Amino acid sequence: MHFRDNIDYPPMLTRPAVFFPLLTAIFVSLWWFGAGNSAIGRLVLGLVPMAEGNPLNLATAAFVTALVGFNIFVVMRLALRQQVWLVWGELAALILLFFYSFDLSFAFIQRKIGFLITQGLVTTLYISAVSIVIATVLALMGAVAKLSSNGIAQGIAHFYTSLFRGLPLLMQIYMIYLGLPQLGYVVDAVPTGIAALSLCYGAYMTEIFRAGIESIPKGQWEAARALGMRPISVMTRIILPQSMRVIIPPTGNQFISMLKDSSLVSVVGVWELMYLARTQGQTEFRHIEMMVTASLIYWLMSIVLELLQKRIETHFNKAATR
Amino acid sequence: MTSVKTAPSAIEISGLSKWYGTMQVLHDIDLTVAQGERLVICGPSGSGKSTLIRTINALEGFEQGVIKVAGIALTRDQAVVEDVRRRVGMVFQQFNLFPHLTVLENCALPLRLVRSLSAAEARDRAMHYLSKVHIPEQALKYPAQLSGGQQQRVAIARAVAMQPEVMLFDEPTSALDPEMVKEVLDVMVGLAEEGMTMAVVTHEMGFARQVADRVIFMDGGRIVEQGPPTTFFTAPKNERTQAFLQQVLH
Repeated sequence: MHFRDNIDYPPMLTRPAVFFPLLTAIFVSLWWFGAGNSAIGRLVLGLVPMAEGNPLNLATAAFVTALVGFNIFVVMRLALRQQVWLVWGELAALILLFFYSFDLSFAFIQRKIGFLITQGLVTTLYISAVSIVIATVLALMGAVAKLSSNGIAQGIAHFYTSLFRGLPLLMQIYMIYLGLPQLGYVVDAVPTGIAALSLCYGAYMTEIFRAGIESIPKGQWEAARALGMRPISVMTRIILPQSMRVIIPPTGNQFISMLKDSSLVSVVGVWELMYLARTQGQTEFRHIEMMVTASLIYWLMSIVLELLQKRIETHFNKAATR
Repeated sequence: MTSVKTAPSAIEISGLSKWYGTMQVLHDIDLTVAQGERLVICGPSGSGKSTLIRTINALEGFEQGVIKVAGIALTRDQAVVEDVRRRVGMVFQQFNLFPHLTVLENCALPLRLVRSLSAAEARDRAMHYLSKVHIPEQALKYPAQLSGGQQQRVAIARAVAMQPEVMLFDEPTSALDPEMVKEVLDVMVGLAEEGMTMAVVTHEMGFARQVADRVIFMDGGRIVEQGPPTTFFTAPKNERTQAFLQQVLH
């Protein structure tokens, strides 16, 4: 039984009043925009020889519309989980098809991908992993400082989040790499990247951790204190484990975002994934090959983080709702 | 201070005053609770009764006066505060069980952290006290899966398992559905019969009659009247007490 205001209110697409107008709209717009000129148009032309121009546009539009219609028809008859996976897979296939349409040289990719992974990916992962750990520590300290009753700690924490959330990450990288030598400290490129990413993401995550800790009712602190627990135990055994439910989803976002922002470190010449992707293609003018390859590697790593986040979320959700 | 023979009073409060900003919420309170005594504190909302018992285990600070628990005077020193809290168990209106831990872990974790018991010892002792509040079979559930009455019984077991010298109850039945009040009060009566020193803030006058050695009536941050339940309920002297009792005894 579905009610109109349920969020799962029925598969709209199964209703003819939605399904057919939708297909009509797809057909008309494809025809209108000259679908015959596309890669799919060429495919249709290969299957059925016909005159180019309007007939091909019509045929292509009809072909795609039928494909979409059939697809919806099939997907709507599956169980929810299968629907999700199938749609995900189809969209992924479309993206790959889009890349494929660039007419890439796979021989070139094959020659370069080894180096892209052993040098670029490894450096990217190394920088990100170290930064994630340091940023988490900074965030925890920042959040505790902001929630403390110590004015100095609060002042430092407020200034820290304000500055490092306020400056562009690129600027922070330059300031550490080019600015610190003015004070007599020369910092190498990789430590620069790690420092900038840690400080910047630590500042964002400070706010996430603070909100997470503040989401725990006062009674939890009181109960733990009343039992005689030491402050460190109260935090690590009672408050933080409960805050995780609030902290994990946005933190997962931050980690994925950091993984890709580590590409900014390429400006100071670190041989990470983005830097290699830009430089390796130059010799043979095959930029797009390297860009697509690097993009897919970034995406795959993000998917791994996504799955990891999901696992951790499930773990901290096991106590159900309160 | 105290001689070797006579043990110190369980709780000794003298000249206690507390302000929230400019508003004084406790006025020069003197109160002594003997070991084994069962004290019930009642009074209208805002009278300072919760604040009073929350100062005893340092959940609330205070500006003037002295609080001694088992002869130890509360100071700002964290070690002293923790020492006092380990001698004082507390049960809250909102239960305050730890929702991310099972019932058993709720009782066992504090034993391991605070009493330094091994995992096995803590589990055994936790199960013993869960049996005493009649819910050993719920040990592996999470608090959210229990009824309010069951949760409050777990909260009592968690506090008593620490084997405190004094138990404080801050309106333990006020957040419960009416049909669950009795199961919680029964556990508290059992505890009283075992000789536990108790200070109970409650509106359950039946419980006060049955269990209390002394009933205190607070209003406006002051102790207005006190006495054994027989005289307190039958012949209250102060008119504010009379007015209050008239309202709650129906």
